[in-house]
Amino acid sequence: MSRIVGIDLGTTNSLVAYVDATTGLPRVIPDREGQALLPSVVAFMPDGVLVGAAAKRQLVRRPETTVYSVKRLMGRGYEDVKDELCYFPFKVRPGDGVVRIRVGAREVTPPEVSAIVLKSLKERAEAHFGEPVEKAVVTVPAYFNDSQRQATKDAGRIAGLDVVRIVNEPTAASLAYGLQRRREGLIAVYDLGGGTFDISILRVKDGVFEVLATNGNTRLGGDDFDRAIVIWLLDDILATHGVYLGRDQEAMQELRLAAEAAKIRLSTEDRTALTLPFDAFTYHRELTRADVEALIDKLVESTLAPCRMALADAGLAPADMDEVVLVGGSTRVPLVRRRVEALFGKAPHSQLNPDEVVALGAAVQAQILAGGITDMLLLDVTPLSLGIETLGGIVSVLIPRNTTVPTSAREMFTTSVDGQTVVDMHVVQGERELAKDCRSLARFELRGVDPMPAGMPKIEVTFLIDANGILQVTAKELRTDKVAAIEVKPTYGLSEADVGRMVEDSFTYAEADVEARLLIEARNEADTVITHVERALRQGGELVSAAERERIRVALEALRQTRGAADRQRIHEQTTALNRATEHLAEVMMDAALKGALGSRRATEIIAGGAERGDSPASPEAS
Amino acid sequence: MDYFEVFGLPRRLGLDAAELQRKFYELSRRTHPDFHQTAPAEEQARVLETSARLNAAYRALRDPIARVEYLIRLEEGRDTNEGAADRPPAPPALLAEMFEIQEALEEAKAGGPEASGGEALRARREELAARVREVEANLAGPLSVAWDRAAPEARARLLARFKDALATRAYLRTVIDDLGQALGEGQGGHVANRRH
Repeated sequence: MSRIVGIDLGTTNSLVAYVDATTGLPRVIPDREGQALLPSVVAFMPDGVLVGAAAKRQLVRRPETTVYSVKRLMGRGYEDVKDELCYFPFKVRPGDGVVRIRVGAREVTPPEVSAIVLKSLKERAEAHFGEPVEKAVVTVPAYFNDSQRQATKDAGRIAGLDVVRIVNEPTAASLAYGLQRRREGLIAVYDLGGGTFDISILRVKDGVFEVLATNGNTRLGGDDFDRAIVIWLLDDILATHGVYLGRDQEAMQELRLAAEAAKIRLSTEDRTALTLPFDAFTYHRELTRADVEALIDKLVESTLAPCRMALADAGLAPADMDEVVLVGGSTRVPLVRRRVEALFGKAPHSQLNPDEVVALGAAVQAQILAGGITDMLLLDVTPLSLGIETLGGIVSVLIPRNTTVPTSAREMFTTSVDGQTVVDMHVVQGERELAKDCRSLARFELRGVDPMPAGMPKIEVTFLIDANGILQVTAKELRTDKVAAIEVKPTYGLSEADVGRMVEDSFTYAEADVEARLLIEARNEADTVITHVERALRQGGELVSAAERERIRVALEALRQTRGAADRQRIHEQTTALNRATEHLAEVMMDAALKGALGSRRATEIIAGGAERGDSPASPEAS
Repeated sequence: MDYFEVFGLPRRLGLDAAELQRKFYELSRRTHPDFHQTAPAEEQARVLETSARLNAAYRALRDPIARVEYLIRLEEGRDTNEGAADRPPAPPALLAEMFEIQEALEEAKAGGPEASGGEALRARREELAARVREVEANLAGPLSVAWDRAAPEARARLLARFKDALATRAYLRTVIDDLGQALGEGQGGHVANRRH
């Protein structure tokens, strides 16, 4: 069997991993610069597409066409996401089943954006192995519904990857831990990522990883922490500078990135400072860990109810857990650790890197599927009850949540009118009594039923949830033993034809060669630096001598000239030169801003405390 | 092949849970699709079906109450869970008492969750939960033992008793949910306990 890689397609970052044949241990594949994490960001440029760190640098410059956190939009309809769209700088509009993101002149769907991330990881793996990689295990949040899983599979296909298995993230993590040290017992995996939260309760015994119950929230993660901080910062800026920045997309992205960076620093420090030079003023703010904890407390608290429900479904108490494992970058937040410890009465651990452990587990599952590991087996569950709508809009549950997959259920259908040849079914997923409160998965039409008096046909419909957690439906007329034709109309999702077309389309820009992409990257970096320097000159030019200003202007003009040329090396050199020319100006400005904001306190103290823009406002990294 | 046969077990309600789990793991290792990825398509389809059946069988048999429910379906020759979503009717023996509870519920609803009846409703709920546990213990214990010992001609009567007990349990659980909601603890119609 050909090689299968494991991919963690995350809200914030994505990774690819494989199991090393000699050590038998999973390893993450880094990019050329040695970076394991690929930011899940895609920037649509006039002359091409950027992905990863290069795209992330476009967030402030091109907020309207730089797409991030697209995982939150996967497999969702417009109604599901419209409440949070105000937080995204790019335009999202309702489409036929799936939402569409407007990026410049074109529109893309969330699976297409994810496909660009997957494609980049695929290329990374191919460069590593020196051979094509066509198969992958891709992870999803355990609480993802059928549409979200299907959307992830579609993304793989568009990227030219055969997604041989969709694995739940917390379960993947448990596999990685299981391979590390063979321990048996009851494990709770608490997985709080950038955009999603999962809790899974597992029993590990004799190499079998049996998921007993899972619960979660696919719209809760580090992104929401950042939003809470940004909302507070907006108020604070309004109070201190009299400006409301909520409608300025560039400023909003700067705030979001600064909030995220401050949150990360506050996981290890008690206090931090952020300094944000805007056009009209420079905003400076000190934040303590306690400040941020007060802002995110409710969000952290809201992860506990799903934990209790998963435990209840497993018929277990918090104290029954032998181990509590933390997964996902957001579990680095000390408040999260404290809350989890309080709930389970046991210190949670994260011996494996919480950013990498899911990808490592995906690689383990890939190795199991490839036949390379035969003593480990994962038995996962379907997170949500599956049912059909019956008379009066009531849901009849066919497969209860937390049923081990694969699983199937059969149901008999008949006609209600004489001579009826078509029977409709509405399949939903969720825990509510009424179909309208559940997640609509699809409408099925059974066609070609032989005309008979009402109630005579006996159509047996089999609902099968496969090991990916994805539904397959088949039907049979029992009297004639004839397989009934079913037409599926997925409520949210791409049609087969859509996916086919996207597979075609993806090749048109996927073939753009590496050199062209690097040139685009260099130009964009140059543009970012130019913008920053222009702003710095406007805001603080008079703080330095006329001679220094002139030196900066010369370097700026030189880069402006080179930028349009196709010489990547020269663009890069002159970008560096311009950066160097403005180093002193940046320092002087930072000092002035801090003095203004802090009065007598020494500016260098704050910078040592990890000021957000402490390096240089002219550096592209600062955006 | 019925679910008992899937595990090579006789059609008996008394079974060793640890042994059932061991067999489930052992059979899973043989039939799980993960270990048959390279097999031809027809075999993969067969493996998928076998594996789905094994999982369904384990789910039906591991819990003593689900086991009784499955046994009834089997004895009555039903293979689907038709009517699973129907609200259970009140068993005649409970009618008078339930009428009283419904009245208390109406009052509580009119007064809101913080009305004076809160404590009384909570006490009621505790009482009903204890009754549910009692019914379950009887189903899993004496009644199950009786079934395994019963002569074929005595089974019809036992089946009827199973169904009575299950109906009582289902009804009590519905009322417990209603009380929870009246107390403001419901999750907007979340049927947390109703369907297991």
